[in-house]
Amino acid sequence: MNYSEKVMDHFSNPRNVGEIADASAVGEVGNAVCGDIMKIYLKIENDIITDVKFKTFGCGAAVATSSMATEMIKGKSVDEALTLTNKAVVEALDGLPPAKIHCSVLAEEAVKAAVADYYKRNGIDKEVPLHGTACHGNCAACSGH
Amino acid sequence: MSKFVYADHAATTRVAPEVLEEMLPYLSSEYGNPSSLYSIGRASSLAIAAAREKIASLIGAKPNEIYFTSCGSESDNWAIKGAARANAAKGRHIITTVYEHHAVLHAMDSLKKEGFEITYLKVDADGQIAPEALEAAIRPDTVLIAMMYANNEIGSVLPIREMAAIAKAHKITFFTDAVQAIGNLPVNVAELGVDMLALSGHKIHAPKGIGVLYVRTGVRIANLIDGGGQERGKRGGTENVAYIVGLAKALELAVEGLPDMERIAAMRDRLAREIVSRIPYSRINGGMEHRLPGNLNVAFEFIEGESLILLLDMAGICASTGSACSTASLEPSHVLLSIGLPPEKAHGSLRLTLSHENTEEDVDYILEKLPPIVQRLRDMSPLYEQVGKN
Repeated sequence: MNYSEKVMDHFSNPRNVGEIADASAVGEVGNAVCGDIMKIYLKIENDIITDVKFKTFGCGAAVATSSMATEMIKGKSVDEALTLTNKAVVEALDGLPPAKIHCSVLAEEAVKAAVADYYKRNGIDKEVPLHGTACHGNCAACSGH
Repeated sequence: MSKFVYADHAATTRVAPEVLEEMLPYLSSEYGNPSSLYSIGRASSLAIAAAREKIASLIGAKPNEIYFTSCGSESDNWAIKGAARANAAKGRHIITTVYEHHAVLHAMDSLKKEGFEITYLKVDADGQIAPEALEAAIRPDTVLIAMMYANNEIGSVLPIREMAAIAKAHKITFFTDAVQAIGNLPVNVAELGVDMLALSGHKIHAPKGIGVLYVRTGVRIANLIDGGGQERGKRGGTENVAYIVGLAKALELAVEGLPDMERIAAMRDRLAREIVSRIPYSRINGGMEHRLPGNLNVAFEFIEGESLILLLDMAGICASTGSACSTASLEPSHVLLSIGLPPEKAHGSLRLTLSHENTEEDVDYILEKLPPIVQRLRDMSPLYEQVGKN
């Protein structure tokens, strides 16, 4: 498995690891059976993501994509965060091995799940467009990679 | 220089200096084709004959029962497909185990497409199979039994002698993949009573790219490569002289080194004890009783193996994992699943395999580096967070 230098940097020095005790929203995606779970905590003030933390159970790419995704949405508006794509995360990391693309999908889904939680908690009647690749525990049949 | 500990000897090994030394002439001045009649050709031919004789005597075989191949996987494939096809008129049922190497399991998949039926014997939590289970699986149309001598991931050693005796009583060809056993356990085909046996050079300090298939005289096996008649017409192609010479030397050294296995097992046992006592939520995979001396496989809950391997690598430690994430398949190790590990625990497994090249200092170094690395990954894991709160 050959990772780019950027992936190795974000894996060995992940940004924004941790929890936010009074988070405005939390999103968790993935499945232990598949080997990766991502949990993203958002602190949102006036629709702006003022702080973001993550916890990830997973491989090097799962940690690196979590780290990069949190970097990419920090300071952005909630609407902007929703435009984050897995492709953008992959590009920002200078690419991922083909078998690891699903990790970037998980990172995108984790952000979206957190925003959906924010909407729900605040009674905002907005749909969060999900990939439809939520983990079902059947890795072999997964379309998320 | 920073510390470097290679603890992945079941993956591959370093070529021993003595092995390289024996090989070098055949990579330079002694370049004759073994099939050529002139003197440098004869020198190559004699070198192969001497290597074949040495290997045969080291494993209790006759020289003309030794076939050189390119690797363990080739030996596995040839033995299984070759024997199945040669005996297809007698029957199309094969017995193997659920936790064989993929070279065996995928060869079985190919045979399924040719109409063979495969029975996969299950293993228990220790990675063992009772000989009675083999006896019970035998059918009138069973033509081949393929069972590994020792497992590559959890090191379980199977009672091959008893298994082969059962096969013999039923007149069924018995093949064992001894790729992991060789160099770690005594391997003698006569004592084991097997019909075919595969071994690989690079697991015992010979180079990658050389293997052996032992085929007992009288056992029917289809030819592998049609060519210029090398390997008694069964596997054509100009012989890999230097590697054949290297393998013979490596096997000699491996057999000489067998008494050292007690020391290696003691190091492994200390590593196992200390890991389990220093790291909570860790568990040894597979039984410790019938196990390769250098093999240790541990599951750490709440973390994923690839991350663990990457961090260990940064600390200068080479090891491997049964996590799906370290492979392209996305499925966790079939071996760990076969002994009853749930997938989430299989993902967090670590395999450390020691050899005579490892020292007590290496064990100390692993014990110093591993616990904080596991803790670092747990601190990052949402699964561990829940544990802390409960």
